Amino acid sequence: MIQVEHLTKRYGPVTAVSDVSFNVDKGTIVGFLGPNGAGKSTTMKILSCFMPASGGSARVAGYDVFTQSLDVRRRIGYLPENAPLYTDLPVASYLEFVAEIKGVGRRERRARVDEVMERCFITDMRRRLIGRLSKGYRQRVGLAQALLGNPDVLILDEPTIGLDPKQITEIRSLIRSLAGQHTVILSTHILPEVSMVCDGVIIINRGRIVAQGTQSELVEQVFPTSRIEVEIGGPRDAVVSALRAVPGVLGVEDLPSPDGSARALVESPRGRDVRGEVVQLVAARNWRLLELHQVGMSLEEVFIRVVAGEQETEA
Amino acid sequence: MRWVPVFKKEMRLYFGSPVAYAFLALFLLIAGWMFSQIFLIYSEMSMRSFMQPMGAQNLNPTESVMRPVFSNMSVVLLFFIPMLTMRLFAEEKKSGTIELLLTYPVRDGEVLMGKFLAAGAVYLLLLVLTLAYPGLMWAFGRVEWGAILTGYVGLLLLGAAFLAVGVFISALTENQIIAGSATFGVLLTFWLIGWGADAAGGKLRSLLQYLSIIEHMDGFGKGVIDTKDVVYYVTVAAFALFLTLRALDAKRWKG
Repeated sequence: MIQVEHLTKRYGPVTAVSDVSFNVDKGTIVGFLGPNGAGKSTTMKILSCFMPASGGSARVAGYDVFTQSLDVRRRIGYLPENAPLYTDLPVASYLEFVAEIKGVGRRERRARVDEVMERCFITDMRRRLIGRLSKGYRQRVGLAQALLGNPDVLILDEPTIGLDPKQITEIRSLIRSLAGQHTVILSTHILPEVSMVCDGVIIINRGRIVAQGTQSELVEQVFPTSRIEVEIGGPRDAVVSALRAVPGVLGVEDLPSPDGSARALVESPRGRDVRGEVVQLVAARNWRLLELHQVGMSLEEVFIRVVAGEQETEA
Repeated sequence: MRWVPVFKKEMRLYFGSPVAYAFLALFLLIAGWMFSQIFLIYSEMSMRSFMQPMGAQNLNPTESVMRPVFSNMSVVLLFFIPMLTMRLFAEEKKSGTIELLLTYPVRDGEVLMGKFLAAGAVYLLLLVLTLAYPGLMWAFGRVEWGAILTGYVGLLLLGAAFLAVGVFISALTENQIIAGSATFGVLLTFWLIGWGADAAGGKLRSLLQYLSIIEHMDGFGKGVIDTKDVVYYVTVAAFALFLTLRALDAKRWKG
């Protein structure tokens, strides 16, 4: 649904996006992840036809964003960063304007506006001036205008920013419900959001894509081994060497621990669970098992590893 | 026809905020004051002409009252038109709403048309309200409606040119104050150019006279529609609108 090839954008001497390529399949939700200034918003501005790229190409719903801009714009709903809206208009009249400009027929306009207000939980604010709304409500009006016209593709730049925790869950489940019929690309720097909402992840740093795939693919790419952390009451050196001898264990890292116990990080090939063997070992040696857990390989760690790794190689 | 929603939105913004009301009220206050002063001078003159019947044939209420009123109004418009146009693009750029507007399925030309026509509609409303002046004269005497009509045709063309210049300048900046004052400055310059004509001679003189933006209004006030005046205003308006489209395009390129 979205095909981006070798996309580059320069602002004068500054390269904001450089040689970015990715695909988003129809009906999926993809999260665009990256630190501030990584080029997320720039990529979204290009996809929404607001600005042209300096190089490369992008196609949305089969149309080129530059040469077939109007065709693309008929099929997208866009929420720019910070949801810029007309503060002097009431919510409902603003949404009616958007519906009209997106070509929603006069007869169904009212119904469509009511529907998106319902979905975004802003019905009770319909007569309020947008300028008088809190940040969270404004953000939701912005989301409502993107949904109008039932676009195939939604481009959402930080959709949950400025919302309170309850609103965040509501909006996330709203976005989640769009999957299937709509293709969604959303940017965020809130990592759990990506895990909860998105099917695929694209991590971008300094204008370049540093990792992409589904969440589990990324975890496997970045952490090829699975790891457990154990704390065992027993002589430190003996424990560590015994752990190294457990079949399947690839490596043991000694971690600082209080006297009289040993703490270690045990690595094994992905899919090979050594927890059972470790417990047996402890029982056989008559040591005490104080703690045993799998080290989470969350997206957060993937992100930190990938982005920090980038910075190291450059330094 | 996608300019219609833009037009409606701009009208809502004009009348949902004090802009349109302030524009109308202040202009009518000033123009009304001018009309009443000119009218009083005229009635004094016609009183005097009773004593000296020689000068009476020069007295024509339309010519002596409405012509100066038209020319005064065109100068006042120079100050007031920027009030209408300064926000049109500058405000959208400042608040970022232009990013949404230009990513809706609507052509730049349609956006421009909606905005220009909305400002034009407020201006048209203003002209309709000033019909009270010839209306008052008509209530007390004879009025040459033909000359009044050409005067209004002139004001309409002059207004279109002023508005187009204002819209163009508004598309160049994101600061409304700069947009407003630069528009005023440009229009004023095009008026003052005419003053230089008196000092200059020969070809330069007629060139400066031709460029002067208010000079062209005089003929309409007299009841004459001259092609060169019409061409002047239409050209200025069309050229400024064309430049606005180019400016919007350039904005996309620079991002």
